[in-house]
Amino acid sequence: MAEIYDAVIIGGGHNGLTCAAYLARAGRKVLVLERRHILGGAAVSEQIYPGFTYTVCSYVVSLLRPEIIRDLELPRHGLQILPLDSSFVPMENGDHLALWSDPATTRAELQRHSKRDADAYPEFNQMMYKMGFAVKPILGMVPPNPLSPGVDDVRRLVELGRHAKGLDARTFQQLTKLMTMSATDFLDEWFECDVLKALTAINGIIGTMLGPRSPGTAYVMLHHFMGELDGAFTVWGFQKGGTGAVSNAIAGAARQHGAVLRCNAPVAQVIVRNGQAVGVALENGEEIHARTVVSGLDPRQTFLKLLDSRQLPSEFETAINNFKYRGSSGKVNLALDGLPTFPSMPDRALLQGMIEICPSVDFVERAYDDAKYGEFSRRPFLDVLIPSTIDPTLAPPGKHVMSIFVQYAPYKLNGGWNAQQRDAFGDAVVNTLEEFAPGIKKLILHRQVLSPWDLEQDFGLAEGNIFHGELTLDQIFFLRPTAGWAKFRTPIRNYYQCGSGTHPGGGITGGPGRLAAMEILRSGK
Amino acid sequence: MPRPTPFYSRTAALCESHSWQEWSGFLSANMYELHHLREYYAIRTAAALIDISPLYKYLVHGPDALKLLNRVMTRDIARCAVGQVLYTPWCDERGSIIDDGTVTQLAPGRYRVTAADPSLRWFQDNATGLQVQVEDISDSLAALALQGPLAGEILQQLAGPAIAQLKYFRHAAAVIAGMKVSVTRTGYTGDLGYELWADPADAERLWDALMAAGQPRLLRAAGQLALDMVRIEAGLLLVAVDFISSKKTVFDVQKSTPYELGLGWTVMLDKGNFVGRAALAAERERGAAWATVGLDVQWESLEQIYKRYGMPIHLPETAWSNAVPVFSDDIQIGRATSGTWSPLLKKYVVLARIQPQYAKPGTRVSMEATVEAQRHMTEARVTALPFYNPPHKRA
Repeated sequence: MAEIYDAVIIGGGHNGLTCAAYLARAGRKVLVLERRHILGGAAVSEQIYPGFTYTVCSYVVSLLRPEIIRDLELPRHGLQILPLDSSFVPMENGDHLALWSDPATTRAELQRHSKRDADAYPEFNQMMYKMGFAVKPILGMVPPNPLSPGVDDVRRLVELGRHAKGLDARTFQQLTKLMTMSATDFLDEWFECDVLKALTAINGIIGTMLGPRSPGTAYVMLHHFMGELDGAFTVWGFQKGGTGAVSNAIAGAARQHGAVLRCNAPVAQVIVRNGQAVGVALENGEEIHARTVVSGLDPRQTFLKLLDSRQLPSEFETAINNFKYRGSSGKVNLALDGLPTFPSMPDRALLQGMIEICPSVDFVERAYDDAKYGEFSRRPFLDVLIPSTIDPTLAPPGKHVMSIFVQYAPYKLNGGWNAQQRDAFGDAVVNTLEEFAPGIKKLILHRQVLSPWDLEQDFGLAEGNIFHGELTLDQIFFLRPTAGWAKFRTPIRNYYQCGSGTHPGGGITGGPGRLAAMEILRSGK
Repeated sequence: MPRPTPFYSRTAALCESHSWQEWSGFLSANMYELHHLREYYAIRTAAALIDISPLYKYLVHGPDALKLLNRVMTRDIARCAVGQVLYTPWCDERGSIIDDGTVTQLAPGRYRVTAADPSLRWFQDNATGLQVQVEDISDSLAALALQGPLAGEILQQLAGPAIAQLKYFRHAAAVIAGMKVSVTRTGYTGDLGYELWADPADAERLWDALMAAGQPRLLRAAGQLALDMVRIEAGLLLVAVDFISSKKTVFDVQKSTPYELGLGWTVMLDKGNFVGRAALAAERERGAAWATVGLDVQWESLEQIYKRYGMPIHLPETAWSNAVPVFSDDIQIGRATSGTWSPLLKKYVVLARIQPQYAKPGTRVSMEATVEAQRHMTEARVTALPFYNPPHKRA
């Protein structure tokens, strides 16, 4: 008789690992199956080029839930998040905008651009902080189902109502605006300085197929303001060793609690008998039996690839088919022979923070225009980080690695993605960077280009969407992935979902993994 | 007016914050940038350079040097071989701690002693009848701590592998950029680290050589604020904060013994007579009145208190050092002497002195926490020290 696991988890991404760690911690016998040779999913660090460690896909950490850090004792397993405390935007006229962790320095810099905005900026941050504080309880909550509420749903809805009642009228008004407006419209109410608006608005577009002037992006901006490190909100950090080290820390916790983690074990199918999941079949034919099967993959793979579609109610299947991915971004990783020079950079210390190629709102909106009609941006928005300036162990002394998140690169590219298109896309990125950092091309020792198509092929992200589905208002909370199925359950008994396609969504939060584990444990599995 | 240390021209140039404090009569940087966190992370994840020149340094030599040291120190200095370093406290006749420091046997019968407070008279007074010289060499030695996981790589580049591979608490003479430097594998951070002792005339060149070699590994100067956080993580006590030197107070209630401070392992009662031995032997017999422990302040508990005010949790960004009461149920069982949020461990860590019956790791206690000027009790768990003890510290 083969071993029967309490839970087998498909996908060793950070949420699958988190779910495994929580289940194992509760005494369950858990097995994680990862298709690749390495754990972490989209949170992996790999030496693609010898001596240089790339944080291949995801690159910063901010939303990782503090309760997960504590419950799983992640610092003991290697979690070390270093603060990123500046943002630098080179402008097309040779000027720049720099925001520092020190408010006085930031204020002096903003005054150069606009005395009004220098006053408005701390107030704006305070308002967003307040909004984040107002919305945050939702992140740690299993979404109630308002459509056909059960006892627990009613309890949670009352809880939410009470929380909302505690918000003052102004907060409520701002919240409504955030839920409906575009990032740019919302920011127009606060600032006059265009580059400051561009820099703030990018938080609203990352991971979506929307431009800074598209309605709904204001809310996404808030999602990125809910980050929390050490009790301080909106703080971004870089994990020592790259985001793969976050995955490894969670994996370490899972192993310590007895979970078995297997790599090179691609799952072909979930075995369903009498409407009930009983295990999985691997691509090599091996069958593994389990009382519960949990998928950390995105909804498309969870339901449409791993299951025979006849097993799903047709209405549900339609809803999953309609779930929007629309991957809009790519990633370029560079090995550099030395540090680049940005002529507009006033202080080299800014190389240790975020470098944003978003010189104006128009620049970003134009980049989106290309994508709307099926082209990658000729001059894309770039979210650049040089991790080796923060963690010197990532590259040989004096050499560097650069992580470039690129938007826009539509999944549905005219003519489709191929090697030539990928190279052309990589060239567009490097050429755009060269405009602002002349000479960087000569420093490039190695270049890794990941188009949305590559993200789907290599990392299993449907349509290359980094969040397992867009984080737009119609696809969050009790609607993620679809109404009635936001509580990590599925129409198949004993089959659960724990990926970023469930609440609270994408980013390295661990939230879906933890909440799914809690639901599984609550149902006595 | 505090004096500059031999590294002042370099530290002053870097000290953008203009934030200094007085340390044994010298100017010592609190933080170099406007925020200390990068310096903290440098110590824990890369490497940092800390000017520790204000430490008091003594040279003890002569035929009876060992006799003197073994008379004064609680540890058995006979076990300190040439090239070895020992950490040790020293006490008064009643077993109350005066100070602590390191003893290094530089050459046969030649020892260097470091101290936080002036100790010349104490050492000399205890040398009556002995053939030994005690010299204050504080001003003739500039001192730097090179600390952090990458400290070894930086030192290897400058001084060669033999120095970088120096074992924990060992000493060696090195040559760095043509300068003679005495190197000990010691520090006050609980991390991999070295302390470099050099001629003040070489100080600036030594600083420059280290900074140049360390630059690719993100070596940066670190000040007192960062140091104070890491020493709490490492469970290292600070004189005048976590305990008071028996020379600095006339009130018994303010004095402490090594046993009370968790330093019982440094008291070698069987090594022969030494200052304070009889009192310490009696204390060991009856048991210490206090135990020094770590407290892990429970996030959820503190968060609940802030929630009552409609506020998110607030955590101390720098180490605090104003003692607060610690309770078990409603009975006060001791005091917390210093604490900090540990960004690395993601824990609120505190050093405390409590009644020994509560010292078992895991014991639930509560600590006073003031929120919006109102007193509350936050839950904490007793923890063994140190909080942070990476393998590379001793490797």
